[in-house]
Amino acid sequence: MIPELGHFALIVALLLALTQAILPLIGAQRGNLTLMAVARPAAQGQFIFVVIAFICLAYSFLVNDFSVENVARNSFSQLPEVYRFTATWGSHEGSLLLWVVILAFWTTAVSVFSRHLPDDMVARVLGVMGLISVGFLAFLLTTSNPFDRLLPAAADGRDMNPLLQDWGMIIHPPMLYMGYVGFAVAFAFAIAALLSGRLDAAWARWSRPWTTVAWAFLTLGIALGSWWAYRELGWGGWWFWDPTENASFMPWIAGTALIHSLAVTEKRGAFKAWTVLLALVAFSLSLLGTFLVRSGVLSSVHAFATDPARGAFILGFLVLVIGGSLVLYAWRAPKMLSGGGFTWFSREALLLGNNVILLAALGAVLLGTLYPLLIDALGMGKISVGPPYFNAVFVPLMAPALFLMGIGPLARWKEASLPDMVSRLKWALAISVATGILLSLTLDGFKPWATFGFAMAMWILLTVLIGFRERLKNGARWSSLTRSFWGMQLAHFGMAVGVAGITVVANYQVERDVRMNIGDHTELAGYTFTFRGTTEHQGPNYRAARGTVEVSKNGKMLYMLHPEKRIYNASGMPMTEAAVRPVLFDDIYVALGEPLDEEAKTWAVRVFHKPFINWLWIGALFMVIGGFLAASDRRYRIAVKATAPTGAATQGA
Amino acid sequence: MKRWIPLILFLVLVGFFAKGLFLNPREVPSPFIGKSAPDFTLPVVGDANATFSPADMKGKVWVMNVWAPWCVSCRQEHGLLMALAQSQTTPIVGLNWKDKQREAEQLLAQQGSPYFAVPDDLSGKVGIDYGVTGTPETYVIDQAGIVRMKHVGPISPDIWKEKFEPKLKELGV
Amino acid sequence: MSWKPVSWFLCLALALAPAAWAAEAQSIGADPVIEQRMIKLSEELRCLVCQNESLAGSHAELAEDLREEIRVQMKAGKDDKEVINYLTTRYGDFVLYRPPFKPLTLLLWFGPALFLALGAGIWYFTLNKRRNLKETPIDEKQLAAAAHLLEDNK
Repeated sequence: MIPELGHFALIVALLLALTQAILPLIGAQRGNLTLMAVARPAAQGQFIFVVIAFICLAYSFLVNDFSVENVARNSFSQLPEVYRFTATWGSHEGSLLLWVVILAFWTTAVSVFSRHLPDDMVARVLGVMGLISVGFLAFLLTTSNPFDRLLPAAADGRDMNPLLQDWGMIIHPPMLYMGYVGFAVAFAFAIAALLSGRLDAAWARWSRPWTTVAWAFLTLGIALGSWWAYRELGWGGWWFWDPTENASFMPWIAGTALIHSLAVTEKRGAFKAWTVLLALVAFSLSLLGTFLVRSGVLSSVHAFATDPARGAFILGFLVLVIGGSLVLYAWRAPKMLSGGGFTWFSREALLLGNNVILLAALGAVLLGTLYPLLIDALGMGKISVGPPYFNAVFVPLMAPALFLMGIGPLARWKEASLPDMVSRLKWALAISVATGILLSLTLDGFKPWATFGFAMAMWILLTVLIGFRERLKNGARWSSLTRSFWGMQLAHFGMAVGVAGITVVANYQVERDVRMNIGDHTELAGYTFTFRGTTEHQGPNYRAARGTVEVSKNGKMLYMLHPEKRIYNASGMPMTEAAVRPVLFDDIYVALGEPLDEEAKTWAVRVFHKPFINWLWIGALFMVIGGFLAASDRRYRIAVKATAPTGAATQGA
Repeated sequence: MKRWIPLILFLVLVGFFAKGLFLNPREVPSPFIGKSAPDFTLPVVGDANATFSPADMKGKVWVMNVWAPWCVSCRQEHGLLMALAQSQTTPIVGLNWKDKQREAEQLLAQQGSPYFAVPDDLSGKVGIDYGVTGTPETYVIDQAGIVRMKHVGPISPDIWKEKFEPKLKELGV
Repeated sequence: MSWKPVSWFLCLALALAPAAWAAEAQSIGADPVIEQRMIKLSEELRCLVCQNESLAGSHAELAEDLREEIRVQMKAGKDDKEVINYLTTRYGDFVLYRPPFKPLTLLLWFGPALFLALGAGIWYFTLNKRRNLKETPIDEKQLAAAAHLLEDNK
């Protein structure tokens, strides 16, 4: 019953989405207020019904209803309750349902927080988001129905992939989707502007907070994914440039360029064509990511069950949405007037430079990700493009962007003089270069990339501090600093922290792969690791060999780590559960490999010392906080207050 | 004019994606096509004194089927291979790959052997030399010892008819 | 005969025995230098039976066989280039995560630099155009009309 209810709810949602898409868009074209007013209730109704569908699916998982095919394929009766819940979005069908729920959530949010916007703009934005919902709901209902029944019902499920049975699964996908899908708002605003022909600073002001919040969520989602992979996969890595990882990183790069471009359009009315195009590109990349991960055209650890038939549907959808938006862009672009002039080294010029670099980096990632497919499609063989390529190409590209990050916030709008900038920044530059060289020399001999990384991190930190100092000069008070300013400073600071973390861990991490018998010890980075053997351990849905490793320093016992080798009951799949001891300045990471003898007394053990790795994710956290802070700036909220029913003002008077 | 560039770039990409839907990113072409089959000498399953080497087959077109007793897909094609051994003249050599449990002899005795010879690659080294990544994989080698074709996965009657027969005919069988 | 000293001795021997066996753990590969080289090289190679994992990190059996083969080759004195050649003759360029620099991959390796150069060009030309943009002079009539409207709304 419940699954059928869920299925029915999806159908109703599709009908509401159609209403939400078609009527308001026609209404906006014709200036028909009644049709335009359909948008808000239709959107909110759609949200209610997709949530009902989601609850029905989650319920089926929680009560172990194995007559639902999706539950039978992805869950297991012994699976702990929390993972039974997260299994709702652990499959292709379920994750698409999550997509749709989050899209409806964003749409509802826009419908609620848009009282100050012109009616036709609201109608168009909600209408475009409705079109996207229609596409996804249709896809769900025709090719990927999560409520398909399995008759006769399975006795038990095939279990969730052990790699997903981690609490990263609880937050990473929802946060990632909040970001990914959130760019649909910026996309819809861009389309609305193109359709109405009104593309001005006001439009930028309205789009900006939505885009920044989506960007912050995406940053959080990617950071969580990286952190989860680090803890879960057992080889100590935190980014593999896997196609699915790239599929989330590319929208992030575009989104970063977008929020910076919006700043210029809002403040100076310039870069309109750029900003609109970036808004279209960011969401297009989100959709492209969805295609790449579900169609089977690329090989990835992360890919859902791949199916060319589904791939064809998504591709068709991409052609409609992205192709359509780009046609609209090409048609309306000449109508967009350019803003004011600006000179070299003005903030606009530096932001343009920043965007150019980010887009080159985006191009590089896209090229590397798609190149194997390009070569194969042209019948020229099969090649692989992996981390060595991306690292070789991406790091040098980002370098100038990091440098600009220091100068940009300090440059004046419209016009800035180079001698002035040099005099303000020369000490910061000198200290940064000195830091880079000295740190690198004292730590492990001169390493060029380490020097560069340290110098950049210090540069960004110092310029952030200079930013504060200059704002507070002449008696200005701390309370006069806007949230927007704080957000920017925190986000850039977070970048510095992240760069420092990456620099240290990439250049100074060490690992050792040893065979350990009970009582054996090995040393790494000043720590001594003593293996105390393994014990049998029974988990809720797995059996484990639980190792005990004593970590000591200078003879003093510090703590014990318990890496595990698990075999999951339902699938028989083995999995390594690494033991990580996170500390601010260095992680100790121990993973059990294979037992090397019959009685499992000797094991292959991998030990890592990962200095400063947590700075990566702490830095990302600062960026997320900065993003949310900037989006909550007064000027976005004042607009809402000022256009509260004008009746109130006349009544009070 | 440049306002049309994003759309054009996108459509080019779509073309590649559409083609990509028909391709399998994990199917790796063999670098041995057109090159000499790597030489080896291995003991033969079921006969302690005999050995097998590709040189033994010079002058004939032959098929090398890489299989293993523990391989489930190999069981699928076993029936077809038995029929082929009867119905056509191209000898099928069965390279026994990484048979740690030593089950090949018994299995072939029980289920019948379609193989002209069964070289025993216990360590998997010969497999590595041929670029084998799993079982079953099947090679077609010509009279001069040159590898002419490689098929990954079990052979079905359709695949034999559409892929193997034309190739064998081309080689003069 | 008193058993006490014998039993004491036995206890002592048994207590010390594990200490005699427990030792500095040996590296997995017999030679740590070769091991480091092997790990570094296999980080840039692809596991052929996995969806997308490096040869260094994969637990698959074929991956272990290939890692062992690389150790053997390195011990025999082969340098990295020769080992890579050994693998590509058997598995093709697909096994390399660092695409080889050949005509087929020219676009791949030069692409990013090209993008940057293109971007720099766009930056330069846009700035040239913007530098000379004059501000549109304020239209006095429009300004008066706007002031009028504001008055009306009060």
